[in-house]
Amino acid sequence: MSVNLKPGQGPLDYARRPWIIALFAAVLLFLYAPIASLIVFSFNVDKSGVWHGFTFMNYVKAWHNEQIFYALSNSLTIALISTFFSTILGAMTALTLWRFKFPFKNAYEGFVALPIVVPEICMGISLSMFFSYTGMMGAVRDWVWPLNLINIIFAHIAFSFPFVAVVVRSRLVGFNRQLEEASKDLGATELQTFMNVLVPFMAPALVASALLAFTLSLDDFVITLFTSGPGSVTFPVKIYGMVKRGVDMQINAASTVLIVITLAATLIAMKMQAPEKSGH
Amino acid sequence: MTEPIISIRNVSKRFAGGVTAVDNVSIDIEQNEFFALLGPSGCGKTTLLRMISGLETPTEGQIIIGGQDMAFTPPNLRPTNMVFQSYAVFPHMTVEQNVGYGLKVTGVAADETKRRVVEALEMVKLSHLAARKPDQMSGGQRQRVALARALVKRPKVLLLDEPLSALDAKLRDDMRMELTRLQETVGITFIIVTHDQDEALSMASRIAVMDKGAVAQIATPAELYEHPSNKFVADFIGKVNLLDASVISQKGKTVTCNTKMVGKFAIDTDKTCGSTATIAIRPEKLKLSTAEPKGASLVKTKAMVRDVAYYGDTSHVIADVGGHDLEINVQNDSRTGGSGVERGQKLWVSFNPHDALVLTE
Repeated sequence: MSVNLKPGQGPLDYARRPWIIALFAAVLLFLYAPIASLIVFSFNVDKSGVWHGFTFMNYVKAWHNEQIFYALSNSLTIALISTFFSTILGAMTALTLWRFKFPFKNAYEGFVALPIVVPEICMGISLSMFFSYTGMMGAVRDWVWPLNLINIIFAHIAFSFPFVAVVVRSRLVGFNRQLEEASKDLGATELQTFMNVLVPFMAPALVASALLAFTLSLDDFVITLFTSGPGSVTFPVKIYGMVKRGVDMQINAASTVLIVITLAATLIAMKMQAPEKSGH
Repeated sequence: MTEPIISIRNVSKRFAGGVTAVDNVSIDIEQNEFFALLGPSGCGKTTLLRMISGLETPTEGQIIIGGQDMAFTPPNLRPTNMVFQSYAVFPHMTVEQNVGYGLKVTGVAADETKRRVVEALEMVKLSHLAARKPDQMSGGQRQRVALARALVKRPKVLLLDEPLSALDAKLRDDMRMELTRLQETVGITFIIVTHDQDEALSMASRIAVMDKGAVAQIATPAELYEHPSNKFVADFIGKVNLLDASVISQKGKTVTCNTKMVGKFAIDTDKTCGSTATIAIRPEKLKLSTAEPKGASLVKTKAMVRDVAYYGDTSHVIADVGGHDLEINVQNDSRTGGSGVERGQKLWVSFNPHDALVLTE
């Protein structure tokens, strides 16, 4: 028995069938409706769930809300510093794993990637216990900003550098070792070869993984909650606290800002990782 | 005699795991030679080339370049440059930057770098593509970049690792001529690694044939072809019929021997034979004829044509002589009739003993 197909409709042209399109639309709606409503209501004039008119007032209020501002600057500071160090640490780990043979290398490689799958709550608890036992939790409380964030920064480096290592490592798999040999053969030293050949090759992976680490750090809640003290509240933790106390459209406005920052970082990361087009 | 530009002395390379890639090799390469390292894959030729460049270190032995022992000289300080099999052109640099790289990293002044890059690109006929990136170029063009990049350094020795293996047949012929021309123009020593005997024979002034890590013979192309020193070389360079012979007697330089296929005959040789020897004869030196060939010195036998393979300019005939195959090349020198040889035909096979060679090892 054969199915009657309309002209221009192949047996695998599912995308043209109405029920597939409807399903696709439903999934998109399910995924993005909450976020869309969050953004829309950030422009609402009052804090009821009903639309009463457009305003930027919530953004202005959020900007002038010292607590939100302080939390956001904490978050950005933590994200920038932890990204810097986790990118270097991750890239070095990837290079070590790619370049050298040593005993228990496979086990080591597995352990490096483990924090990616370890539940955040476990990492949060263990880090919190670590900082308590070593006295770090109490000690940093009185340190001057941004040194009072150091526990959170350590924690963020710990969970984000494995992501960098994995991304850079997979990029290095495609490296032609003869490029390195060619560079040395042409008179370059080990360092010149690293800077002129290996780093440019790793660059897309470095940028992409740095942005990944940045966004991971920026919106981390669980681990941060366990490692932050009263003076070192980050943006996600602050919002959580505010939501507990009641709905306020300032939260929507601040969250929208966070979405925009994360989205921009992700877009840049995707663009950097896209294969170079030839013939431009 | 002038001092050799490269002197390889008793060099061996053993890899972890007990593999001996290069086994006690000694070669002297003269100034301005086009030298080929020829052998089947896994014979150690590339490892030897990499030891000359410094990318591998010998387990034993010495490599002397321009009178200096290179034992403790890293690749970046050696007067050699390499054209890699994969070309290894830097993908993130333009052609110009690629060619200038070796000068830039060694601190050559910018204006001199620019001048030499322009010169090198002209030499390989790539001036019009100076601003291109490698991913916008063909394999042949990328190879020219690799060549220019190495030549711009003005090395004492240029090392080429299987430079033609990735090119298609037509391009390979062009590049072969190009390399020969370049070598004559720049006047530096070229060492080329190849598994392709045609490549080595047509380009090189001297060839070292390698087998299982050791040198089987070092000679000019013609010498290798007409006077191979052993069975491996005879068999590897071109095609050859190898006949087992028992030696009846040797008087001075003349050996009388007996073979199953073509019977008893006398042949000249420089070698001292034991009780057995191998007679080597090239397919094009065997003649086919319908009538019994005349000439007292000719060695001849009757044969039955088992197969004819047509190659346009020649036909390769396989003839059966008492259960053994002989390969005979026939020139198709007339448009009508071709070789005129057909399967199943009974013919005379003959050769002049001067065209055959006695091999003892």
